[in-house]
Amino acid sequence: MTDTIHGRESLVRLLEGILAMPGVTVYAPVAEGDGAAFDRVLSASEALLDSSGAVRPPRQILAPMTETLLAMEPGGSAVDSVPAPEPTILFGARPCDARAIVFLDRVYAGGDRIDPYYAARREALTILSIGCREPRATCFCTSTRGGPLSVEGSDILLEPSGEGWIVRIITERGASLVGRAGLGSSDGRVTDPAAFPQAGAPRDLSALRGRLEQAFDDPRWEALTAKCLGCGACTFLCPSCHCFDIVDAEEDGRIVRSRIWDSCQFKTFTRQASGHDPRPTGADRYRHRLMHKFSYCLESYGMPGCVGCGRCVEACPVNLDIRLLLDAFGGER
Amino acid sequence: MSNPYAPVPMRVEKSVTETEDGSIRTISLTFPDGTAPFGFVPGQFAELSILGVGEAPFGIASSPMSPDMLDFTIARVGTVTTELHYLEPGESVGLRGPLGNGYPVEGLSGRDLLVIGGGFGFSTLRAFTNYALHPGNRGNFGGITVVYGARNPGLLLYRDDLCDWAARDDMNLVVTVDRADEGWTGMTGTVPAAVEKVKGVKSVLGGRAALVCGPPAMIRYTLPVLADLGLAPADIFLSLEMKMKCGIGKCGRCGIGGSYACTDGPVYSLERLRGLPGEFR
Repeated sequence: MTDTIHGRESLVRLLEGILAMPGVTVYAPVAEGDGAAFDRVLSASEALLDSSGAVRPPRQILAPMTETLLAMEPGGSAVDSVPAPEPTILFGARPCDARAIVFLDRVYAGGDRIDPYYAARREALTILSIGCREPRATCFCTSTRGGPLSVEGSDILLEPSGEGWIVRIITERGASLVGRAGLGSSDGRVTDPAAFPQAGAPRDLSALRGRLEQAFDDPRWEALTAKCLGCGACTFLCPSCHCFDIVDAEEDGRIVRSRIWDSCQFKTFTRQASGHDPRPTGADRYRHRLMHKFSYCLESYGMPGCVGCGRCVEACPVNLDIRLLLDAFGGER
Repeated sequence: MSNPYAPVPMRVEKSVTETEDGSIRTISLTFPDGTAPFGFVPGQFAELSILGVGEAPFGIASSPMSPDMLDFTIARVGTVTTELHYLEPGESVGLRGPLGNGYPVEGLSGRDLLVIGGGFGFSTLRAFTNYALHPGNRGNFGGITVVYGARNPGLLLYRDDLCDWAARDDMNLVVTVDRADEGWTGMTGTVPAAVEKVKGVKSVLGGRAALVCGPPAMIRYTLPVLADLGLAPADIFLSLEMKMKCGIGKCGRCGIGGSYACTDGPVYSLERLRGLPGEFR
């Protein structure tokens, strides 16, 4: 029984073993521009297993940027296009990415109404995460109840240990994958999270939430968010943002109703048909994003809508750092 | 698993121009053969769509006591509403619903009711009023006073209903217009001013409650009048206009704090609304 993976070559062999399984789709970080993104891989050599996090999160595996909901052939009636995906493996997610999927589960697959498109993809997905050896300068997962070895959302977590990883099986689904890919189960050894470099001093989320709610009418929102361009890069690179629009279009001779990612940072997001907009300024929209993630989501979903991955911090063209806003309105660390 | 994004193809039975300027129409829809009408609560809404054009939310403007035919009152403001205006009897339109919570009809039982609507926001209040006036329901409520205003007489909706209601002796109807025209003999003034004039409504049974829907300015100036009348925030129910899309709490568009107007609303008590972020008060 193998319970640890020694060295990078063993990690590649694990991925090769998974890729060799019949009838599976595998996503892993691959090079994209200067960074990395989760995409479908056919061979282990495509995967960037040393990357310290993909620029684009794995959200699109479950909730594609554009997705057909209904389609109508010429002269026909509308048919829905709920997918029936083959078993899918997300290889090399970060613990924060996996936690973001827990959040998306609560949005799309929770409540009275299940989103069948998301649910079908989620049902097919197994998540193998790799714990983080080093936090990036932009990481703040420990302020969002996460951490470099967080298991939430993962089916398997590879915990960094020396030059290799300990295979930690979290779920039955993870056990099944490890069995099929030729790895044994862990012998119960667990890495001490305290031995890991932490992503900054954790913020107290409950206190933060209370202070944020009190700061709703704080006059500083406008000045502190004035440089925001409203470009929405923060929301498009966020692993847990879930907002979408529904639009109709003609596509390849068919009429399709699709949903496409939308952003609360866009001017038209809440503008009503009458022209009235309850959130008319950039400061209103920025405040909404922050309050949604750190206050409203705690109420509606029992967890913050942010996993502290830092992608929005890295992507912002004007260096508007959500952590500084949290500290400005959320009080002392 | 049933698909909450898949619409039911409804049949257009009639399409009536409501206003003199032609900007608002009411379309009446029936269910396809073999599909049972759904039950609903006044104040709920539905998503109407024409595949290839788009989808938009509209309050159900007819009473649930006549569930076979659903009315939707549509102001022509954009692409989808324009196409909905062009629909002719016999044509098909997609419907997803009923969605949202509706007015708290159980909690309103036994109370004197002030129903206050302005402009196009009157549609679900019309549904509620016809529901409450139904012979099987009328005894469940105390006095009913409807205050309804429009910018000018030509924009008044539901004229047949207004005539019926004016002739009844078991309710009060106050119709006002912001600007009168030559033929107008009724009240002139804003809705909040008209509400001021109905202070004579006496509490008969279990206290009073108000149902309010209209443009933001009307709501802003009506709430202090209701407070003067002695209504507590828990007794005032507002139906909010929001830009809903999915209607099932997924797309994030109509969030008000930790609630979604499409599932937890669109009807909120003022008490609940005051506990939410101050964007919609």
